[in-house]
Amino acid sequence: MTTDVRNFGATRPRDGKLARLLRRIALLRESPVGMIGAGLVLFWILVAILAPLISPYDPNANDFEIARDWYPSARHWLGTDNQSRDLLSRIIWGSRTVLIVAPTAVGCAYVIGCLMGLLAGYYRGWVDLVVMRISDIILSFPVIILYMIIIANFGPSAFNIILAVTFIAAPQITRIVRGLTLELRERDYVAAAKMRGESAWYIMLVEILPNARGPLIVDACLRMGYTTIAIGVLGFLGLGLPPPDPDWGGMVKDSYALMSTYPLMSIIPCMAISSLVVGFNLLADGIREIGLRD
Amino acid sequence: MIGFFAKRLAYLVFTMLVVSFIIYTISEFTPGDVARKILGPFATKNQVELLTEEMGLNRPVFIRYFEWVGQTLSGDLGYSTRYKTEVNNIIWGRLYNTMILASIAFAIIVPASILFGIVAGMAEASKLDRTISVASIVTTSVPEFASGVFLSWIFVIWLGILPGTSTLDTGAGWSIASQLVLPVAVMVLYDLGYVIRMVRASMVEVMMRPYIRTAVLKGLRFREVILKHAVRNAMIAPFTVILLQINYLVTGVVVVEAVFAYPGFGRMMLEGALSQDIAIIEAGALFAVLIAVVTQIVGDFGYMLLNPRIRFS
Repeated sequence: MTTDVRNFGATRPRDGKLARLLRRIALLRESPVGMIGAGLVLFWILVAILAPLISPYDPNANDFEIARDWYPSARHWLGTDNQSRDLLSRIIWGSRTVLIVAPTAVGCAYVIGCLMGLLAGYYRGWVDLVVMRISDIILSFPVIILYMIIIANFGPSAFNIILAVTFIAAPQITRIVRGLTLELRERDYVAAAKMRGESAWYIMLVEILPNARGPLIVDACLRMGYTTIAIGVLGFLGLGLPPPDPDWGGMVKDSYALMSTYPLMSIIPCMAISSLVVGFNLLADGIREIGLRD
Repeated sequence: MIGFFAKRLAYLVFTMLVVSFIIYTISEFTPGDVARKILGPFATKNQVELLTEEMGLNRPVFIRYFEWVGQTLSGDLGYSTRYKTEVNNIIWGRLYNTMILASIAFAIIVPASILFGIVAGMAEASKLDRTISVASIVTTSVPEFASGVFLSWIFVIWLGILPGTSTLDTGAGWSIASQLVLPVAVMVLYDLGYVIRMVRASMVEVMMRPYIRTAVLKGLRFREVILKHAVRNAMIAPFTVILLQINYLVTGVVVVEAVFAYPGFGRMMLEGALSQDIAIIEAGALFAVLIAVVTQIVGDFGYMLLNPRIRFS
C-alpha cells in the first residue's frame, strides 16, 4: 500500500503503474549527472544485448594471419590481444560477462539481505541479535581478503564469484533494510494491516519492503558499481572467470606486462570497466538527488 | 569508561575467535584436502595419505582448531609452503612495507579530504560543490588496477619519469622514494573521493543547524562561522570513517601491490591465495581482522571523546 501524496485527492484519474514508473524515470532529466550515468549504463547494456550482432569477430578466435602485428589496423580496429584475438570483440563480449554476473550477484545478495533485515527489524529481540551479530562478524573482514579466501578455496568460477559477492554484500544490505524496517514498522499502515489480521510475511513483504524502496534503489545502483569493480579486480588478480571467455579484469592481467609496447591492450579494458562503474555511480547520485527533492 | 573497554575487549576476543574458526574451517574443508594443497597436484595418493596421517589431519576439527589457536597464541604462525619458510619470517617485513605505503597515503588523504569536504559542504549545490562531488564520484569509480594502468601509461611509458614497478630492491634516496609515488597515488585516488563525500555530507548537515544561522545572524564573519562553529562539529561524524580507512590502506591494498609488484602484506596474501598456502592465508586473515576490529574500537572510543553529548552523559 503506497501512499502517493501528489496524486492524493487529485481530479485527474490515476494513471496505470507503467505510466507512473515512466514518469518517475523521466524525472531523471532534471539531473544532468544522473543522465550521463544512465547513458553510460544504457550504452553498455545495449552493447551486451547486441553483442552477437555488433561484434566483428568471435572473441575467442585467434587471427593467425596477422602474425604478431597486434596493433590497430583496418582489420582489427582496436588491435588484438597477445593471442591475436580481436580486442573490440573481446571488449563487447566482456560486457556480457560483467552485466550477467554483477546483477545476478547483487540480486542474490538483495534477496538474502532483505529477508534477514526484515526479520531482524520486524521481530527484534533475539532474532535481531543473532542476525546482527552474524553480519557484524562478516563485516569485520576486509572485503578483498574475504574475496581472496573464498575464491582461493572454492576455485574461480562465475558461480563462486556470485557466491562470494552474496556472502559479502548481504550483511551490508541486512543492516540497511533493518534500519528502514525499524522505522517503517511504527507507521499507521502497518498497524492497520496488523488489525486486519494480515500475516507477518504479508506485512513485511507487501507493506514494509515496497515503502523502503527509495534508499534501496540507490544502494543497489551503487552496489552494482562495487560489484563490477570486484569482478574486475578478481579477474585482474587471476581469481576471476576461467579463460578463454573474455572478462575485462582478466584482459588487463594478461596484457599488463606488455604495456610498454602495446599499451592499448590494457588501457581499453580499463576504460571499459571504469566507464561502466562511473555510469552506475553517477546514476545512483542522480537518483538520490531526485529522491531528496520529492 | 572501564565498562566500555571491558565490553569492547570482550567483543574483540569473541570476534577473533569466530573469525578464526571460520577461516580455519573454510581453508581446511573446501574441495581438496589440506595435504593435497600442501603437496600439490602431482603428489601420489599414497603421499597424501601419509602426510594426512603425519600431520594428524584426520582428527576432529575442533581439537585441531584449538591446537592451532594455541600455537598461534604462542607466536607460531605455521610454515608457509609458498615461501618455504616460517610465516613469522615473512609476515612482519611485509606488514612493515605496507605500513610505509599506508601511512604516506593516510597522511595525504586526511588533510585533503577534510579540506575538499568542507569547501564543498560549506556551500551546498554551488558550482564548486558540484565539481568536487562529481570529481570524487569519478575517481572512486575507477578500479585501482585501472588507475594504475592509466597512471603508468602517462608517467612511466609516456613521460618516463617514474618507475613502473616498486619492488624496493635497489637504490636509495629518490630511486626508492620514486617507487612509492605511483602506488600511493593510486591508493589516494581510489580512497579520497569516498572520504570527501563523508566529510561533505556531515558539513552540509551542520550548515543547516540553527546555531550556524544564529552565528551568521549575529554578525560573525563567514570565515569565523565556518572555522569556529561549523568545522569543529562537522568533524565528529566523519572521524570514524576516516579512521576506518586505515583498514583499507593496510589490508585492502592487494590490488595496488599486485599492480606495482610491491613487496607488501597484500601481495603476500595474494600469492598465498593463488598457491593455496593455508598458513599464509590463515595468519594474514587473522592480522587483517585484528587490524579491522582494533581500528573500529579506537574509532568508537575517539568518537566518544570527541562528542560532548556522549562524553558527559
